[in-house]
Amino acid sequence: MTDTPILELRHVSKSYGSVRALTDVSFQAFAGQIIGLVGDNGAGKSSMIKTISGVYTPDEGEILVDGTPRHWKSPHDAIEAGIETLYQDSGLAPDLTIGSNIFLGRELRRRNVLGRLGFLDQRSMETQAMEELEKVGISIGAAKRTVSELSGGQRQAVAIGRAAMWAKHVIILDEPTNHLGARQSIEVLKVMKAARDRGLCVLFISHTLPHVLEVTDRIIVLRLGRIVRDAPTSEFTVESLLGTITGLNQ
Amino acid sequence: MTTDTISDTPSTTSWLDALRKLLRQDSGLIPVLVALVLLVVYFEIRSSVFLQAANIANLFTQAAVYVLLAMAETWLLLLGEIDLSLGWASTGAGMLAGIYTNVQYGWPWPVAFLLGIVAAVIVAAVSGFLTVKFKVASFIVTLGMQLIVQGLVIYELDKVFQGGGVPVQNAVLRNLIAGDLTPTWSWIFVIAVVVGLSALAFVRRAKRKAAGLTAPALWKLVLRVVVIAAVGLFLGYIFSVNRGSFIAVTGVPFAVPIVFALVGLYSFILGRTKFGRYMYAIGGNAEAARRAGIPVDRYRIYAFMLGGFTAAIAGLMLISQLGGIASSSTDSTIVLYAVAGAVIGGVSLFGGRGRMVGAVLGGVILAVIKNGLTLIQLSGPAQYIVTGVVLIAAVLVDVVGRRSQQLAK
Repeated sequence: MTDTPILELRHVSKSYGSVRALTDVSFQAFAGQIIGLVGDNGAGKSSMIKTISGVYTPDEGEILVDGTPRHWKSPHDAIEAGIETLYQDSGLAPDLTIGSNIFLGRELRRRNVLGRLGFLDQRSMETQAMEELEKVGISIGAAKRTVSELSGGQRQAVAIGRAAMWAKHVIILDEPTNHLGARQSIEVLKVMKAARDRGLCVLFISHTLPHVLEVTDRIIVLRLGRIVRDAPTSEFTVESLLGTITGLNQ
Repeated sequence: MTTDTISDTPSTTSWLDALRKLLRQDSGLIPVLVALVLLVVYFEIRSSVFLQAANIANLFTQAAVYVLLAMAETWLLLLGEIDLSLGWASTGAGMLAGIYTNVQYGWPWPVAFLLGIVAAVIVAAVSGFLTVKFKVASFIVTLGMQLIVQGLVIYELDKVFQGGGVPVQNAVLRNLIAGDLTPTWSWIFVIAVVVGLSALAFVRRAKRKAAGLTAPALWKLVLRVVVIAAVGLFLGYIFSVNRGSFIAVTGVPFAVPIVFALVGLYSFILGRTKFGRYMYAIGGNAEAARRAGIPVDRYRIYAFMLGGFTAAIAGLMLISQLGGIASSSTDSTIVLYAVAGAVIGGVSLFGGRGRMVGAVLGGVILAVIKNGLTLIQLSGPAQYIVTGVVLIAAVLVDVVGRRSQQLAK
């Protein structure tokens, strides 16, 4: 673990009207770590990831990426800074092909006059999409199939593969194993580990505590908008984690 | 296709599943083509006139307005939006072109045409801006806009040229529908289209193969080329036959190459450019598009403007076909044909799915229904009913196709 945290939140607070969603949240995340982010419904998990990914701006506090304070004006700023987020509803366009989805917003153009007119280099994108997906441990066959033809697990794998492929620093996964079968969940956990081993920091939000305990290096527990526990995964069991989440342990 | 390491759902053999799969895949045009062939066969059986040269040529010029309107609405439907003012915007564009090419004003036709087009684009851009900026349903905004434009157009038609409406006096405007390519140019046009489409398909396949990507099966490609060539040769023949009664009339009407050029251009934009890809992405999952950094609102306004532009071209065809517009000959229902044509052509009402070629086929189906029913002396009411039935059938196909996507999760 190196000196500078790849992502740091300092005293971040966020309210919606009179509802206080996050109160004085601070933590540091390092490269090559999978950090579990757990908490009951309404604990502030969604607010926290939306703040990190630029959907919301914090009312107070600051966000540092690789030691530099950053202010997001839009989710796109966070993406440019190397933070990729995967939301519960997978952010894929159903009627575009796998390759198109991988390159959505980052299209390659042809290297000629047509390219300047906006014409796409579809072949290169397809080839690269397949190669990159394989690098993070996913093989989905032809990149020309549309996402609507894929099963839920395959869609999720493509979405995570895309996040892992483009993220420079952090990927945030919001309930990536929801609605997935056991075997497909294992695939997803595998992709997460592959991303960590490539030096990314993975923020893993989940209600499935066995998955969290299995794959994370560290767990942050949120309750009522505050961080109540931040400790290495080895210090938790399912029972103690559940107790911390619900507040019965204190 | 290469093997999957992540398991696919096991394939079942029920015919409904097969149907769903068909609807979900690229072959989404097949139901439209089947419907078109069935209609053509039916009308040819009922009326021997249907497939005669004069009628086919007539059919093509009738179809031009429907096809263009359906293409216009397709830009909106692809984003899950709708523009109900397109019908009147199109009438208005045709009217402006008619007024200013009239001898009383005598503007050069390109300037008058451009005025009509710019007016329609501005109206559409305003609708788009209001929809995006205030997050109102485009249905309501454009309903209001339709009434405004309708009022303006009727006011102008009742005022201009002593209230008699606008006659077409300019040769170019008249010839959009009434003029024809010479037989030689007609053949050159037909052969160029057939050869161009075939060559494009084969070159694309070869390049994909060379890049080690999946490519369509050769027999499918050959089949497609054969069908295109057969249709092309048939139409080339039809248009080379004299269809006039007193003076000889031959050749492809100008409207046809104009529509073809626009379809080709739009298909390329949608299928091959970043712009088109963003349209599908926004229509399929606007939130995902926004997260990917696509300026969703700006693209929405572009879609409205392209709809307005295309509707304006339709308006030029409309006034050319009618020979002029008076307030009594305007029709509030044409926008519904725009929506119907696009949906019949497989463009999803829910956004994200559909092709320009589909809108063309949908527009042609509308024209075939109108033309065929007139030939078998069942005009008016029957036309509404049959069009309605076909439209509902098309929507059901859309919904079944969409549901199967959700089942596939």
